[in-house]
Amino acid sequence: MPAPPRPAAEPPLRSAAVLKQLMADHFAAVDRAAREHHRPVAWCTSVGPVELLRALGYEVFFPENHGALLGASRVAGETMPRAHALGYSPDICSYLTSDIGSYLAKKTPLAKYGLQGAPRPDLLLYSTNQCREVRDWFEFYGREWGVPVVGVTSFRDLGEVEEHHVEAIVRQLEALVPELERVASRRLDGAALEAAVARSRECSDLWRDCLGASAARPAPLGFFDATIHMGPAVVLRGAQEACDYYRLLSAELQERVRAGAAGRPRERFRLYWDGMPVWGRLRDLSDLFARIETGVVASTYCNSWVFDALDPRDPLRSMARASLELFIARAEGPKERYLERMVDQFQVDGILFHDALTCPNNSNARFGMPQRLRKQLGIPVLVVDGDLNDLRCFSDEQARTNIEGFVEQLEGGRPVPARA
Amino acid sequence: MAPPCFAGIDCGSWNTKAALVDAGGRLVATAVSRTGADVLGAAGRVLAELLERAGVARAEVAAVWSTGFGRHAITFADGSRTELDAHARGALHFVSGPLTVVDIGGQDAKIILIDEAGRRVSHKMNRKCAAGTGSFLEEMALRLDVKIGDLPGLAAASTEEVELGSFCTVFTGTEVLGLIRQGKRPADLARAAYRSVVKRVLEMERIEGRVVATGGVVAFHPMVVTLLEQAVGAPVTLPEHAQEMGALGVALAARAASQAEAEAAGAAGTG
Repeated sequence: MPAPPRPAAEPPLRSAAVLKQLMADHFAAVDRAAREHHRPVAWCTSVGPVELLRALGYEVFFPENHGALLGASRVAGETMPRAHALGYSPDICSYLTSDIGSYLAKKTPLAKYGLQGAPRPDLLLYSTNQCREVRDWFEFYGREWGVPVVGVTSFRDLGEVEEHHVEAIVRQLEALVPELERVASRRLDGAALEAAVARSRECSDLWRDCLGASAARPAPLGFFDATIHMGPAVVLRGAQEACDYYRLLSAELQERVRAGAAGRPRERFRLYWDGMPVWGRLRDLSDLFARIETGVVASTYCNSWVFDALDPRDPLRSMARASLELFIARAEGPKERYLERMVDQFQVDGILFHDALTCPNNSNARFGMPQRLRKQLGIPVLVVDGDLNDLRCFSDEQARTNIEGFVEQLEGGRPVPARA
Repeated sequence: MAPPCFAGIDCGSWNTKAALVDAGGRLVATAVSRTGADVLGAAGRVLAELLERAGVARAEVAAVWSTGFGRHAITFADGSRTELDAHARGALHFVSGPLTVVDIGGQDAKIILIDEAGRRVSHKMNRKCAAGTGSFLEEMALRLDVKIGDLPGLAAASTEEVELGSFCTVFTGTEVLGLIRQGKRPADLARAAYRSVVKRVLEMERIEGRVVATGGVVAFHPMVVTLLEQAVGAPVTLPEHAQEMGALGVALAARAASQAEAEAAGAAGTG
């Protein structure tokens, strides 16, 4: 009996409807707080010390999430030039230029959630553990709105994370507290902070489980869908809703794993994605990989919201350690060892490095890493030039040829299939 | 009835090339036509010209496969491969591995590394910039006020080495205008443009083993090959039909696929 036909693409997860409502509720809650002032509102960088804000009762908005929305909706192409004209170079983070341009142009994809713009904060809290741009970004709004900008100036390119590094960050976190308390008009409660860290850790563990499910063949959650489903891990880390969502998602992914390959798209090859997504081309790239029957099954990016060090028994110290252990904050050596573990865990056939022009901190193809990993691990590597939001830096045709050519290379000595 | 042939069409940014191989994989004929704005029309034209040159009827062609930037637009093609695969196969038709294929086209440049077993190991493409490609030479010819076809003759008269240091085509154009004002000779600037192409290509990837140059640029601008040889310190193979190498490669891919299908059918007892 012939095998039943395999679908060309994965059907959407049922959880997607819950996700959509969760994100809508999040935006509405922050917006309402900003308009009605019943709760303080803070902006926070995506891997910043959000647990302090949660413990103090802030509603929290994450402008990098707004940056991603601007990229995915391709509104960024209209807004970035406004920031460039203000002196923010096209060579710096296109999240920053997209977002500041959005503010200047009064144009935002948040409109579909009923918001007129990014909610105006009472305070901006950054950590430079990911890049310096976040501070410059927040300082623009600090000047614009006359609100305090506070943060952590972190270490970058760390080899081993040592106690003195952790200690230095703990001191900075402690120094933030009086200003966060003043704006929130309340004192930081130790138990509330422990609870927030506990929820962040639970969210992190559940999200890790969701991503880890893709060690199965075929992977139940590909990279392109994961960049959407990671929303709560970014904007609701430290909140109960995120934990509830990932419990639901994890269960559905396990269903897919149990179902096996039947009724699932074919997965001839498995790839790992390092670097930022190309937000404006998520669908196109997802379709391309589906067409060539290749799963992008794991990524550094989606795993960046896994914080193993978080420990409610030692909140500040564990927050400090978690922020320093992040992939993006590390030197080439720890990054290579991390990628080696991922290659092993997800049994991938190759690594794709996205070299995002405006995001050097999250582009790992610039100091010879792909070539070293190819040699050390014997794994094929591919570098694709592009950007997270600035599609002028991305050539559709060249990327397609690069990716299709790479998969042809993986086919190696196998028979040439009729039209892939 | 004669054994079937296999046709390959390489739809490039400037020209669309076609090649026909016979059942034994021997090159029978080639044809070239300007691509223009009608990709599908150019593919149809070049295929018709190819078959006419070869004296082969369309019915004798078992499969037509496409490659090049317009490969997916050729709706009558039976299959397609990227230029990376096609140029590698084309080069391997003339030279066995290990080797490095340097393909310089109108819009992009590629370096393809092939191991001793003839398997592609890796590839690099130029970044989103025309420097190091045929488009760069077009721009330089414009600045030097000569036709692109006259650039090789002009460069051959060069007597002085001039360096072009800019990173992008537009800046190099400005640099060339400055050098003209300084009294530099067009012949020396033409040679400098070729050297610039070679420099940009060499910085893309480390070149190892035997080098085969393919693509329209090396076919019509042999100084690029000469300068490449000087840079790598070894002979560079410029195969016959370097311009049609992609078309040849994809025709060979069509043939390989047909053979694989026949073998699979035979193994299944249905052949």
